Amino acid sequence: MSVLDSRRGGGNGNNDDLASLEAGLDALETHLDTRASRWRKLLSATWPPVLAIVGLLGVWELIYRSGVKPTYALPSPADVGLVLRDQLSDGTLLEAMGTSLTRGGLGFLAALAIGTPLGLLIARVRPIRRGIGPLVSGLQSLPSIAWVPAAIIFFGIGDAAIYAVVLLGATPSIANGMVSGIDQIPPLYQRVGKVLGARGLSAARHVLLPAALPGYVGGLRQGWAFSWRSLMAAELIVHSPELGQGLGQLLDFGRSNNDMSLVFAGILGILVVGIAVELCVFAPLERRVLRRRGLLVARS
Amino acid sequence: MTVLEEQRVTRSTGAVSLRGLTKRFGDGPNVLEDVSLDVAEGEFVCLLGASGCGKSTLLNLVAGLDRPSAGSVHVPGGRAALMFQEPALLPWLTATQNVELALRLRGVGKSERRVRSNELLELVRLSGAGGKRVHELSGGMRQRVAMARALAQDSHVLLMDEPFAALDAITRDVLHEELVRIRESQQLTVLFVTHNVREAVRLGDRVVLLSSRPGRVAKEYPVGIAHPRRIESPEVARLSVEITDDLRTEIRRHGAH
Ligand SMILES: Nc1ncnc2c1ncn2[C@@H]1O[C@H](COP(=O)(O)OP(=O)(O)O)[C@@H](O)[C@H]1O
Ligand SMILES: [Mg+2]
Repeated sequence: MSVLDSRRGGGNGNNDDLASLEAGLDALETHLDTRASRWRKLLSATWPPVLAIVGLLGVWELIYRSGVKPTYALPSPADVGLVLRDQLSDGTLLEAMGTSLTRGGLGFLAALAIGTPLGLLIARVRPIRRGIGPLVSGLQSLPSIAWVPAAIIFFGIGDAAIYAVVLLGATPSIANGMVSGIDQIPPLYQRVGKVLGARGLSAARHVLLPAALPGYVGGLRQGWAFSWRSLMAAELIVHSPELGQGLGQLLDFGRSNNDMSLVFAGILGILVVGIAVELCVFAPLERRVLRRRGLLVARS
Repeated sequence: MTVLEEQRVTRSTGAVSLRGLTKRFGDGPNVLEDVSLDVAEGEFVCLLGASGCGKSTLLNLVAGLDRPSAGSVHVPGGRAALMFQEPALLPWLTATQNVELALRLRGVGKSERRVRSNELLELVRLSGAGGKRVHELSGGMRQRVAMARALAQDSHVLLMDEPFAALDAITRDVLHEELVRIRESQQLTVLFVTHNVREAVRLGDRVVLLSSRPGRVAKEYPVGIAHPRRIESPEVARLSVEITDDLRTEIRRHGAH
């Protein structure tokens, strides 16, 4: 007796029963997504750091009042606030932030353009992995300020030296992120791609790269942090009147004039840019990648 | 033996034909040894064996994911579709996109992909869940998407590697019914791997028992039970008892030395 004959006897009622049973099972097993309201979340994320900063300012004020250091070495929070206001209102600080951000951003993009294919090559080509792989991971632990003297001798004082240091600082992180992203791909996905008929380029595009994305995004985030640090190291040392005035140069200017308030204002500017880029670019990017994959564990 | 079964025996080349298939990994012992098996066009064959006996290895060989150490695999209709043992949907894609990827890699055009993936999701009764991501789907829904994706490969041969092993009994029962329905409407040839004797009898036209270490065809059982079948029915139970006894005998051999 064949399947076809007997099944017709079953009729349509049977089929509908099955459909409704299945719909019930699906409904029972599907999680309901409950998300706290955005504002409440934002609020509860904001007040602890605000409280910490207020506390920190308090401690600073106390130390200032105790007089352990002369005022030129340790200005009060209010003094720094005043300098900050002046710097902001005459545009010096904002201009320096803009200059540095542009340099950091361009350097990061260049590192991205070099680090990504380099990472792909290291991950996929065995001789390259053996040869260059350890070198690139080693470079990641080299403080990029070590490149500054070499860059100055090679390129002279100028933007090229600054960009070279940023590039050397950020590229290894991005390449390593790509490598670890690819290494972490479950072998199952590549077999799925193979069964579905993905070959070469289409396998890279539809399986390999999307599967490596979480590790890669982690590498980008770290790459940005390294770009920013390397840039500050470079700007502190590489400065001349012809060059645009970045935050690092502002710091050095403050130091040479013994102007602690200006130095503090510069540090604040560096922090603000670093945190802003992290919060506005990398944190949302990473969250998005992880949430799509169901890898984001809700923390309350 | 019914007329239909006699026809199957006499037909020479079927949808899948394995000859003297042997597989070992590196210098290890033979995992599979001299397995010969023909699956006829439109037949539903269940491969049954203890875990570790080489069932997944065999399906990988049939799917072309691995090469045999000796012997031959012949799938005249071209590449076979494979449903993996683990839920193997790509987590960065939605249910619809998972199905569409299979179509896309076959070179199906964009508008036709839309239409076809909708049809396939409807076939597995997931029309409403196409936009969901993998982690938002239950285990049973995932396996149905995986089934839709396998069907999107448009192969007449469907290989299934313990696809329902991780599901609870109620869901599994429903999916058995779905599989029988889809197999009938799509006129599929199915090679279904399981270690669950009742599942094999519930689904198959024929059950093939594999021995362990090395894996060989130990015995075959035609299942002459009319559909619709139920896993609880006395006919299914009767044959299951017979096969289970043979399976136990087979497993005991390994404890003897
Ligand atoms: N890639 C591999 N390399 C080495 N041994 C393997 C590999 N794949 C499977 N085996 C071995 O082959 C045997 C059969 O495995 P498998 O086909 O997965 O069994 P089953 O699916 O029946 O549980 C096991 O002993 C396993 O250790
Ligand atoms: Mg297996």
